[in-house]
Amino acid sequence: MDAMKQISLIPALILTALLAGLAPGQSQQSDITIKLTAEAKQTIALPDFRGAAAAAQFVDVFNKTVFDDIERSGVFTMAPKSFFPLNPPQQESDLRAAPEPPARRGAPVARDCAGRCLSDWAAAPVSASYLGFGYVAEQGGQFVAFGHLFNTAVADLNGARLFRKLYNAELNEEGARQVAHQYASDILAKFGMPSLAGSKIYFVSDRQGKGTKELWVMDFDGANQKRLTSFNSISTMPAISPDGTRLAFTTFAKGQPRLMMYSTVTGRFIPFLNPQASVNGTPSFTPDGKTVLFASSLDGRYTNIYTSDLDGGALRRLTNVRAVEVEPKVNPKNGSDVLFVSGRGGPQQIYMMNIDGADPVRLTTGEGEASNPAWNPNGQHMAFAWTRGYAPGNWNLFIMDVSSRETVQLTHGEGRNENPSWAPDGRHLAFSSNRSRASQIFTMLADGTAVRQLTTQGNNYMPVWVK
Amino acid sequence: MKRTQIALVLLAAAFLIASAGCKKKQPVAPPPPPPAPTAVAAPAAKAATVNSFTAEPSTIVRGDTSTLRWSVSDATSVTIDNGIGTVPASGSRSVSPTDNATYRMTATGAGGDAVAAVTVYVTNPPPPPPPPAAPKASLEQRLGEVQDILFDYDKSEVREDARAVLQRNADVLKAILSDFPSAVVTIEGNCDERGSAEYNLGLGDRRATAAKEFLTQVGLPADRLKTISYGKEKPVCSDSNESCWQKNRHDHFAGAQ
Repeated sequence: MDAMKQISLIPALILTALLAGLAPGQSQQSDITIKLTAEAKQTIALPDFRGAAAAAQFVDVFNKTVFDDIERSGVFTMAPKSFFPLNPPQQESDLRAAPEPPARRGAPVARDCAGRCLSDWAAAPVSASYLGFGYVAEQGGQFVAFGHLFNTAVADLNGARLFRKLYNAELNEEGARQVAHQYASDILAKFGMPSLAGSKIYFVSDRQGKGTKELWVMDFDGANQKRLTSFNSISTMPAISPDGTRLAFTTFAKGQPRLMMYSTVTGRFIPFLNPQASVNGTPSFTPDGKTVLFASSLDGRYTNIYTSDLDGGALRRLTNVRAVEVEPKVNPKNGSDVLFVSGRGGPQQIYMMNIDGADPVRLTTGEGEASNPAWNPNGQHMAFAWTRGYAPGNWNLFIMDVSSRETVQLTHGEGRNENPSWAPDGRHLAFSSNRSRASQIFTMLADGTAVRQLTTQGNNYMPVWVK
Repeated sequence: MKRTQIALVLLAAAFLIASAGCKKKQPVAPPPPPPAPTAVAAPAAKAATVNSFTAEPSTIVRGDTSTLRWSVSDATSVTIDNGIGTVPASGSRSVSPTDNATYRMTATGAGGDAVAAVTVYVTNPPPPPPPPAAPKASLEQRLGEVQDILFDYDKSEVREDARAVLQRNADVLKAILSDFPSAVVTIEGNCDERGSAEYNLGLGDRRATAAKEFLTQVGLPADRLKTISYGKEKPVCSDSNESCWQKNRHDHFAGAQ
């Protein structure tokens, strides 16, 4: 079994039907138990790097970033640092193949090398299969890291080395973070895992002032939070084009809610001709990045789904029902299946239709209220928010296998959990939750574990994760 | 001889003419004094005398008053025309003529009448400034009389209680729109925190549109009613309970000139 498969989190959906004694109509789905299988993970030991001279002040940022990236990946079990030997290697020449022979005859034989032998790390209590080590230093005004990864199970040092690599960047905190992400990415790449390094999360924050919402962006781990808009109004519901160059969102800056386009490349707004409607909102892009889907009340009565070119031209209506319909999301793989939220059957539920508007079907059971559909990059699963089993407003996150309609519940009443957005790796989700009172942005693995809080200031909503 | 005689004759003639002219330039003798007045006339027969008759001020601005004062002696009756009539022998009276007016006073006495007149001149005031433009209450104050209407969860139908409120609002709004001819009223649709923010954009729009349809059906001009959906972005209450949610499921009426 290869490494990729071992750590795959694509839900292997196991059904435990508890149908006995239940009338067939009484919803099989609500009695289905679905589990994510996770096979035993390998353990990795990541002793802290030490820093020389001017690089020392940034070594803590470096170590924390590496540890977080590897832990967040969900690929490994992290060996507890308290178990580590006292003297971890810093460079390859520190390693020894085996404990030193006794200095003189009769002296006691050393049982280990206090960290200098790979066997020290393979043995209990560390019990790590892999060891990452190295150091950071300043060289020629740059921040330099020398990172290594060894397989502790291989006796021959050359055979045990998976890689060693020099990294450098600017001599500052940001440089240290950048280098740490690269080193962590290289470790993950050895196990077939794409790195999240460099990916960004767009989001909405009211930290500038109550009653206002502006668009912000940050690194995927919460670093470098930057404000993009300053309308001193309500700007919300961001969507990013697949290539990451265009941000579309809904703003009240000019009165009625309307769409606005922003170039993440130039930092300027791009003209978009809004339909003459009281509501234009909840935009998203097609996978080719050439078309926008959004909700509009153009007919003067109901907010339905429309599509247009990037400048608002070639406007076309996709749905025509006497109900509120919002949040169209096009399948990133086939470009034709459109998830959307509709009140056509009563309380809001998630539906799917063809991109020409044909063949709408309801995906959620009709129980509770459902919203915020988000396609996994694989085009097979959707993450979404649902109140099934809870009172209205108490949203939890679920994943559905769209073809089988089987669902997995990821959160269980820890506050209101909304707006899941898949990471480019298809294994992580960003979402908002008010579990710590204010609404904040979190990330987690798609099985609901490894939850990390990324924001702390004000209220933060509607994350959108992009490469 | 003859030439001498002629000269003498001429000289004599000239003398005669000159002497005759001198005689006419003599001063005229004063006329005889007038006959002395009949020494002691009967007292009852005295004629009336107007001692004074004034208007103060004599020029007024239209609408102001002037005071007539008079004093008459030996009169049996005193009258002033221009609608004043009989007055005492001395006194005062305020008058406020709208145009130049001459007041004639006739004092009748046993021994004769006396007449006096005084004129009050009236000037027109300059035209007043135009009336102040802003009416008594501001648009915002007036809109304070327009009540919010409330909705059921996930519904945009106008409830029975909301119909009554809307009916009252219609009357108030009609008055407001006629008093503020350039004003446009915005119906703001709002939702509680429970539905998703995205869905509530559409639901708030339905709520605003429902009120607009009601109001236009009872005769309000559609082009002066605007709708805006705030979804759940502008809550008026932030608690998580039904009484707060109900407050947030509402249409609010705002306006701009």
